[in-house]
Amino acid sequence: MPKAKDKKTVTITPSSPPPAALNKAESGEEVSRRSFFSWLSIGWVAFIAATGGYFTMMLRFFFPNVLFEPVQTFRAGFPDDYTKGQVDLRWKEKFGVWMIRNDEGLYALSTVCTHLGCTPNWQPTAKKFKCPCHGSGFRMTGIHFEGPAPRPLERFKITLADDGEIIVDKNQKYQQEKGQWTDPEAFLKV
Amino acid sequence: MSDKKSLLDKFSVGQVWTSIFRGGGVPKSRRQRMMVVLNSVFLHLHPVRLPKHAVKLKFTWCMGGLSFFIFLILTISGILLMFYYRPTIEYAYTDMIDLSEQVPFGIMREIHRWGAHAMVITVWLHMFRVFMTGSYKPPREFNWAIGVILLILTLLLSFTGYLLPWDQLAIWAIAVGSNMAGATPLLGAEGPGSALLAIGDINFITKVSDARFGLIGGRFLGEATLLRFYVLHCIGLPFIIMIFMAVHFWRIRKDGGISTPV
Repeated sequence: MPKAKDKKTVTITPSSPPPAALNKAESGEEVSRRSFFSWLSIGWVAFIAATGGYFTMMLRFFFPNVLFEPVQTFRAGFPDDYTKGQVDLRWKEKFGVWMIRNDEGLYALSTVCTHLGCTPNWQPTAKKFKCPCHGSGFRMTGIHFEGPAPRPLERFKITLADDGEIIVDKNQKYQQEKGQWTDPEAFLKV
Repeated sequence: MSDKKSLLDKFSVGQVWTSIFRGGGVPKSRRQRMMVVLNSVFLHLHPVRLPKHAVKLKFTWCMGGLSFFIFLILTISGILLMFYYRPTIEYAYTDMIDLSEQVPFGIMREIHRWGAHAMVITVWLHMFRVFMTGSYKPPREFNWAIGVILLILTLLLSFTGYLLPWDQLAIWAIAVGSNMAGATPLLGAEGPGSALLAIGDINFITKVSDARFGLIGGRFLGEATLLRFYVLHCIGLPFIIMIFMAVHFWRIRKDGGISTPV
């Protein structure tokens, strides 16, 4: 009989009292089974909410509020700086815009190929924009006529400032296939 | 001295040896050999024994092993390249030229580049072999799915590494690739259904909040894109692929070993 008792209490030294928490749980005074589970579920909900919140933060983290990119609006000189019937390449490198003047006025054509975003080259003798990536071709107006490009080049908003200088705003674009080229700000009458 | 106790035998009973390799000395029995494998962090992913027919080269092509071997080469050479390469528009291209022309053993860059090509090929051939031998069938179907994820991660590593030389090829390849991201259904501003994610007039998927933007870190390819791809290429994707590789190798053993009918 004493031997069996010894075996049971082998891990707890007889001199030390039983752990307090164990004692309370056994008597069911402080933490009942029911309240334990409700606390547990609150804990889980809080954990999942915190984890979900953090993943949301991670996702949002990749979309910065301030972009350190070139400005999208620029002053492009005066209408008389541009020759009629010619594609002007002066803003191509810096802003990705071809300025083209015809008999009626000026328009700002995007240098981004509508196929997959490369930059076509202006070929003065063939009088066309030719994309080096997949061979799309565009007329001087921006209308596509060969290669895989599915739609014409885009035009940007072009207006005159108070001092008569041209302002090109690349935030606003006009697409021919949506009938937007007739918009007064897609074409600057001179 | 006259008995055949080698130096290894003597060393293998010392404390240094036994503290590193459990199992009591140089393994002599099958059980001891097994214990060495089981107790090594590097070896334990592997099966403790292999049937002879399962490692026949004409059956496995060793393509999975070669893929992992090339991955190790790419990791080492890639870390070396990081000592010279700076991911900024100003320096990226010239650092790449410097690496291949001035830095001693600049072939390191070529090793990394050709290794990247080779890994895509070996991963592809590995999948081809697994398919042709029917090794994707239950109970290995989950490991096939892990393998598909590894293929995608391999391709993403190639894609992100493609931009880093910052030459014309790189920029236009990523221009094309990121524009494709812009055409993602629902999540790309140019893609079908992008207007569906909106409350009233407020559209959530715009040019500054779509999949393309998240990928390149801006509206246009630029400094942010290069840095984003660099971090993904050097830290993000390798970290993820290593987790999946560990699961992949472990599952080979758990699913009945390599190329054995189960």
